[in-house]
Amino acid sequence: MSVKLYKYLREEVFPTPFCPGCGHGILLQTILRAIDELNIDIKKIVFVSGIGCAAWIPSPHFKADTLHTLHGRALAFATGIRITRPDLEVMVISGDGDLAAIGGNHLIHAARRNLKIITICANNSIYGMTGGQLSPTTPENAKTETSPLGNLERPFDLCALVKSCGASFVCRYTVFHPKQLKNAIKRGFQINGFSFIDVISPCPTHFGRRNKMPTLYDFHQFIFKNIVSYEKAKSLKKEELKDKIIIGEYE
Amino acid sequence: MKRIVNSLLKPGKYFLQGNIACAEGALAAGCRFYAGYPITPSSEIMEHMAKRLIELGGYFIQMEDEIGSICAVIGASWSGVKAMTATSGPGFTLMLEGIGYALMTETPCVIVDVQRQGPATGQATRPAQGDVMQSRWGASGDYQIIVLSPWSVEEMYYLTIEAFNLSERFRVPVIILTDEVIAHLKETLVIKEKIFLYEREKNKNLPPFLGDGKIPPMPAFGEGADLLITGSTHNEWGVRKAFDPTAQELLSSHLIKKIKNYEESIIRYEGHFLEDCEILLIAFGSVARSALKAIKMLREEGIKAGLFRPITIWPNGLKKIKGLIKEKKVIVCEMNQGQLIEEVRKYKEEVLGIFKTRGEAIYPEEIYLKVKNECKII
Repeated sequence: MSVKLYKYLREEVFPTPFCPGCGHGILLQTILRAIDELNIDIKKIVFVSGIGCAAWIPSPHFKADTLHTLHGRALAFATGIRITRPDLEVMVISGDGDLAAIGGNHLIHAARRNLKIITICANNSIYGMTGGQLSPTTPENAKTETSPLGNLERPFDLCALVKSCGASFVCRYTVFHPKQLKNAIKRGFQINGFSFIDVISPCPTHFGRRNKMPTLYDFHQFIFKNIVSYEKAKSLKKEELKDKIIIGEYE
Repeated sequence: MKRIVNSLLKPGKYFLQGNIACAEGALAAGCRFYAGYPITPSSEIMEHMAKRLIELGGYFIQMEDEIGSICAVIGASWSGVKAMTATSGPGFTLMLEGIGYALMTETPCVIVDVQRQGPATGQATRPAQGDVMQSRWGASGDYQIIVLSPWSVEEMYYLTIEAFNLSERFRVPVIILTDEVIAHLKETLVIKEKIFLYEREKNKNLPPFLGDGKIPPMPAFGEGADLLITGSTHNEWGVRKAFDPTAQELLSSHLIKKIKNYEESIIRYEGHFLEDCEILLIAFGSVARSALKAIKMLREEGIKAGLFRPITIWPNGLKKIKGLIKEKKVIVCEMNQGQLIEEVRKYKEEVLGIFKTRGEAIYPEEIYLKVKNECKII
């Protein structure tokens, strides 16, 4: 962690609770870098999160107003804040299970309303905090505690979903793209509408070790073998895109 | 912090529907945020708020469901705006998740439950009083909550103001438990010129949570308080204490004490003809109106009946009439299969009930006949 970012953190709560190899620490740092570079007063941002590992990124680490809410409901709480406090920025940071499964209804309606809420989905394709169960972004055939034979369901492309609901800015990066990710978060602050940033974040503890990717290095290899830019993806067939990770801004 | 303000509506007589009076009471109390989801028989509150909040420069949103509604209300409350929502039984069930969160995070907010027949969808347009226990025990965990029950259009107005005052003062969600009869009733009410309001304390240098039964101050977002708000067990500064047994014990006992210690100033009730009564009727909400009418009919025939009407259902004033309950013949009238009666039975086993779940009001004649029958037995 860069020394200049410590001013945004409650140092008394360190170390972070994240497991070795978890990508959420990089995401935490990248969010703060974006805020620092934009020179936004962190005291004028309300961070709202749901339940799960990702929800612990802002609460209690960020030295700002944080609202750690109910499972899946972060965007509903954020809507109440967004409407009543036009003077503040509202950022939601939560996981794939929180935003897309139990909170799926709130997600599509928040995107439809297109209120200025910056939503960051720390997407590790698994329920980490509860011990590694299937999430709506778990890839087909992947093994989890609740899909011992491999996932029989199809995962969501959350960016395509949110974009189709009318959000102003939708993109996906991985924690291995910290610069692009930082710029995307900065863009979120500048967009006057709903922005959704899907961040692929590895979970070696619960996802990796059940799917032959027990280390961060394995994830790095996997991701760089499978990423494809949004531009390139447009020219690929559906079958060719199977198991690919599309990165970049969705138009 | 107490203050006296002018009423929003010009003082005088009005002829209003119960739901509209409730909305006007909320606005008079300073409510400037409403989030809700349509449900019969409460929708008029939402429709009226939608129009009036535009005029008053407040905020209104129709959410995707009742869960979203209560969450948006809590978000708005922490933004420093008095906020409310209204619903009916099935919607209230969905809101219980958020009500639990409001209890845990000591968030002031007001929830109106216009009761209809249940369980589930039941009879959407028909009155009931089946949520007495749901309103008290519906959320998970241990807590104390405040529930008010109006019996007239005028009380819909003044008890809604009271609900906001109690909510701000004790930092607790307050529930207005009304029913379809009162919600859709139209009658005259008198709007007074001045109303008394209670506003939350805002000191950002003191801890915003806990306080061993005392009410902590509540700063809003954006005031530099670095608020840490969580539905997990926390200490007085909001730091999560998910594994600390003492933190959990302190928090549970605080949430209970902060209402229990002030019960005397919260409990409200009304007595009619109690001085010389031989038969004690206990009823609340619209049923209390029928009970009072029945009592007057009985008294014309020399039968000395009286009415005890709890205005706060939780905590309620039944222990104040412990003596009367023990000495007199007691009949509890309610539009359910017996919920409040169990509270009365804490003081005496032999209590009679007049229960009705036909989706109709309990008529005065029904109470009158039942009491007459009981008198013959005496």
